[in-house]
Amino acid sequence: MQTKVENNKAWFLVLPVFLIVAFSAIIPLMTVVNYSVQDIFDPSTRYFVGTEWFQQVMLDSRLHDALLRQFIYSFTVLAIEIPLGICVALMMPTKGKGASLALILVAIPLLIPWNVVGTIWQIFGRADIGLFGAFMSYIGVDYNYASNPTDAWLTVVLMDVWHWTPLVALLCYSGLRAIPEVYYQAARIDRASRWAVFRYIQLPKLTNVLIIGVLLRFMDSFMIYTEPFVLTGGGPGSSTTFLSQALVQQAIGQFDLGPAAAFSLVYFLIILLVCWVFYTTIMNMQKDK
Amino acid sequence: MAWMSWTLPTALFFIGIAAILVSMTVWQILSPCVERRGFLPLATTRGDRLFIGLLSSAFIHLAFVALTNVSIAIATVLCAVWMIILMRWG
Repeated sequence: MQTKVENNKAWFLVLPVFLIVAFSAIIPLMTVVNYSVQDIFDPSTRYFVGTEWFQQVMLDSRLHDALLRQFIYSFTVLAIEIPLGICVALMMPTKGKGASLALILVAIPLLIPWNVVGTIWQIFGRADIGLFGAFMSYIGVDYNYASNPTDAWLTVVLMDVWHWTPLVALLCYSGLRAIPEVYYQAARIDRASRWAVFRYIQLPKLTNVLIIGVLLRFMDSFMIYTEPFVLTGGGPGSSTTFLSQALVQQAIGQFDLGPAAAFSLVYFLIILLVCWVFYTTIMNMQKDK
Repeated sequence: MAWMSWTLPTALFFIGIAAILVSMTVWQILSPCVERRGFLPLATTRGDRLFIGLLSSAFIHLAFVALTNVSIAIATVLCAVWMIILMRWG
C-alpha cells in the first residue's frame, strides 16, 4: 500500500516570496503607519500627534471630491471595459493566422508604458495636430480637453478604455478557448440560440477570468496616476484630479508626510474594502450556483 | 530601524496584530475550523471573521475620528467588543 508522504518543505520554497512581500509591502506600510501619527520635520525632529492627521484628512473637502471622482471614474471604466472586452473576445478569430494577428493587434496597447499612453492621447486629442481633436472640430463639436471638464473626462475615460480593454479581452479570450467543444455540441443538438449559448455556456465559464478582470481593472483604475497626470495634469481646475494625484500633491508637492501617510492609509482601507466586497460577492454568486 | 520612525503606540499596534496572527495560526493547528454561517449574511471561516473584524474596526476608528471628538480609546473598546461578538456569533 502506498502511503502519502507529508512534510512542510513547501513552506521553505515560498519563503523568498514572504521576504519580497515583507520588503516591498509590509515594511513600507509599517513606515507609513508610523508617519501617519507624527509631524515629521526631518528624520531626527518629529512629534507624536495622535489622530490629528486622520481627522484633518477625513474632513478635507478636496479629498472628498477626489474620492467621489475616483469612484465615478473607476465604475465608469469598469462598466465600459468589461462588456466591451467580452464583445471583443467573442469576435476575435479562433483559428489560423487571423487568430495570431488579432492577438497581437489587441495586445499592442498593453505594451505601451503609461506615460507614453498619456502623451499619445495628449497629441491625439489636440484640435490642431491630433486626429481625434481635428475630427471633432471637423464635425462641428467644440472639443478641448485642456479647458472643458467634460471633454477632459471623456478623453481620460476613452484613453483608459483604449489602454485596458485589451486586458479584459485577452482574459476573456483565454477563458473562451478553455471551454470544451462538447458544450457547444450539446447546444447545437438543443438548437440553442447564439444568445442562449452565451448566457448559459460562455458567460458562466468566464466567471473566474471576469473576477480577475474586474479586480485588476478596479484596483488599477482606482490607483490611476500617470495617464491623467500627463494628459490633463488633473485639470482643468481639479476636474480630473483623482486620489493618487491628490496624494502625490500632498506628499511630494507640499511635503506634508504626516497627512499624506494618513491619506494613504484611508486610501488603502477603501481599496481593501471594495476589493473584498467584489471578491466575496462574486465567490458567493458562484457558490449559490 | 530608526528610519522607520517608530513610536510606542504604533509598535504596540503591530505587536498586537502579530500576536493575533500567531495565536490564530496556533488555534487553527490545534483545532482546525470549518466554514459556518452566523449572523453575517455569508458563510465564514475563523480567518474570514478576523479579517472582517479588523477591517470594520479600522473603519469604526476612522468614523470616530472624523465624526466625534470623544477619545479614540472608546472606539478601541467598542471594537474589541465587536470583535468578540463577530468571532463568536458572526
